Amino acid sequence: MAAVTPTPQPGKIEVGKALWEGRLAYLYILPAFLIMAFITFYPIVYQVWMAFTNFELRHLRLQNPEFVGFENFVRVLGGLPIPNYSFGRILVFNIVWTFVNVFLHVTLGILVAVALNIKNLPGKRLYRSLFIIPWALPSLVSGMVWNNMWHERFGAVNLLLQELGLPGNIRWLQETQPVINIPQIGLVLPLSFFAVLIANVWLGWPFMMSIATGALQSIPEELYEAALVDGASGWQKLWRITLPMIRPAMVPATMIGIMMTFNQFNVIYFVTGGGPLGLTQILVTQGFNLVNQQGWYGVASAFNLIVFLILAVITLITNRISRATEPYYA
Amino acid sequence: MAHIQAHTSPARRASVSAGGVMAIGWTALAILLSLGLVVLGLYVIAVRPAASDATSAVPKVAGGLVAIAAGAIILVRYSRVARAYSRERDVRVLRETMNADLVQAFLLIVLASVLFPVLWILSMSLDPRDFSRPTGLTIIPPGATLDAYARVLTNPSPNPVTFLQLLRNSLLVAAGTAALAVAVGTTAAYAFSRFNFPGRRIGMLGFVLVLMIPPGGTLAPLFVLLTAVGLRTSLVGLAIAYTSTALPFAIWNMKGFIDALPFDLEEAAMIDGCSRTQGFLRVILPLAVPGMAVTALWGFLTGWSEFILAWTFLSDPPTFTLPMVLRGMVGQYAAGTSWAMFSAMSIVMSIPAVMVFFFLQRYLVSGLAAGGVKG
Repeated sequence: MAAVTPTPQPGKIEVGKALWEGRLAYLYILPAFLIMAFITFYPIVYQVWMAFTNFELRHLRLQNPEFVGFENFVRVLGGLPIPNYSFGRILVFNIVWTFVNVFLHVTLGILVAVALNIKNLPGKRLYRSLFIIPWALPSLVSGMVWNNMWHERFGAVNLLLQELGLPGNIRWLQETQPVINIPQIGLVLPLSFFAVLIANVWLGWPFMMSIATGALQSIPEELYEAALVDGASGWQKLWRITLPMIRPAMVPATMIGIMMTFNQFNVIYFVTGGGPLGLTQILVTQGFNLVNQQGWYGVASAFNLIVFLILAVITLITNRISRATEPYYA
Repeated sequence: MAHIQAHTSPARRASVSAGGVMAIGWTALAILLSLGLVVLGLYVIAVRPAASDATSAVPKVAGGLVAIAAGAIILVRYSRVARAYSRERDVRVLRETMNADLVQAFLLIVLASVLFPVLWILSMSLDPRDFSRPTGLTIIPPGATLDAYARVLTNPSPNPVTFLQLLRNSLLVAAGTAALAVAVGTTAAYAFSRFNFPGRRIGMLGFVLVLMIPPGGTLAPLFVLLTAVGLRTSLVGLAIAYTSTALPFAIWNMKGFIDALPFDLEEAAMIDGCSRTQGFLRVILPLAVPGMAVTALWGFLTGWSEFILAWTFLSDPPTFTLPMVLRGMVGQYAAGTSWAMFSAMSIVMSIPAVMVFFFLQRYLVSGLAAGGVKG
């Protein structure tokens, strides 16, 4: 965090003077602060208030809602009167969804980046530019296209299976019989989980590939030459040089990936719509439905506050884990 | 690792012979495969329904020729490698060829999976049938036509809104978001990069924290707030709301970029009598143009494809944006929309975003990496 600065360290002088010295800095930040205050921070505070009231659609017409204490939080966690709602199951699903996705994104991204890093690989430029396409497409377009691809009768996937002589009548998005069912931890994964997983892996890995490609190019060639002299195998070079060297770039990218995937609305909403029976609903899509379908603003606010807290905790934990095993800061 | 190094030579000899067996097996497999491909190609061309018409025969013959060509290439490649091996008895030639081809096979499979949905949507957008659905996979459907594109451009939605209005709204919102994000983000990033002041760390953290808020998490309060100030149903309100989504990245990216600019330049300017603000405007801004371009394009992409806020806030059809209309073409609302129209609309909407993206991608990665490393 050490920045080049001509002003003296604020710790050494009194606070009032430090604030005055920083006045130009505050002026520069003011526009950004105003927009964030207006659009983000104020709504967050407002949301905290709403979470403790029975705010509903009718209160938009300037009727004052009533204070209800922690009732909304209790209802969110305990059960809402809407079909297929269970906070615990959605949370478990959301966490599994996030980590399976990010794991696959990072693995596939690194794998392809390493393959594309081979010297004089034929077609390298073509691969690199075409592999970016899934990342470049607006995610709501890819979401809708993948929804279309999984269509039971006319979707591309089932048609492809038919062309290959396989049974091409799989009910990808409708099948309610779970593929994986572990009720002890509330984990229920229907076939549509795998369908939407494939869609999200499809559009998620090129980002990781790009980050890894950039990091790979900064590895000094001498390391590999030294390894060659020592008679290291390809695997040893991968595990002992390549992966440790790209790690500093991949860790923050993975953190971003976790945050983005946890809150990735478009893919779930447009590919499965949370179905069947709400089994692929994640927290963001459920929160959106609480506002958009039910109009329960107070309940939705409590819901979103809980989600925000959970994500903050997950971020802290993953941050701690990635730092704990991080040799670069030790 | 120590014991491996101690016994380097026997371990290596053993692994070479094991790998050598694999490489020889692989070469044999490749030659068999190439012969199989040639036979398959010939079979597909020769054995086809007698009464088949020209349109269905062309793709078959083409496919057969591709199979024969691929088989021939593999055959030539591996027979050459096999001859080199029998001459020199050096298994390395085989192994290198095997490794190179396994990598290519892997990359080709990835490429096929990347292109499959893209080709599918391209193919559907050319489909001449109106409401009946595709029943087979073709790259260019029989009777291909650009009709769906024409319909999307003339009559995109059952709501009273023209394509030009939609395009204008989306462009306005996206460009407005980009402009605001750059202007506001760059000045703030400059302060975070060059000044040390109380609240600096907390300020940076506050902007990053916003990334953790679920999109639409503040939907309810924003709805109430923008309604109260009369901006909810306007594109201006939407652009301001999107800016707050794009700002964390803008500040992060610009700070990383300005951090990399040497401070000496401003110092020299200030010795020459420039004020701090003049230094920012005359020295830093011109140098920061590439970073600003990336930030602008990022803001553009955010505004171009945002759905949640637009769908919740806008109620007047002439102010609708492209994502909203695309949404109307799928799912339960869209029994009367042909898939060709949906596909054409997807492509029309994607083209500007993909073009912007390809231009920005290189800088985006370096910006993210710089921001990520420096925090």
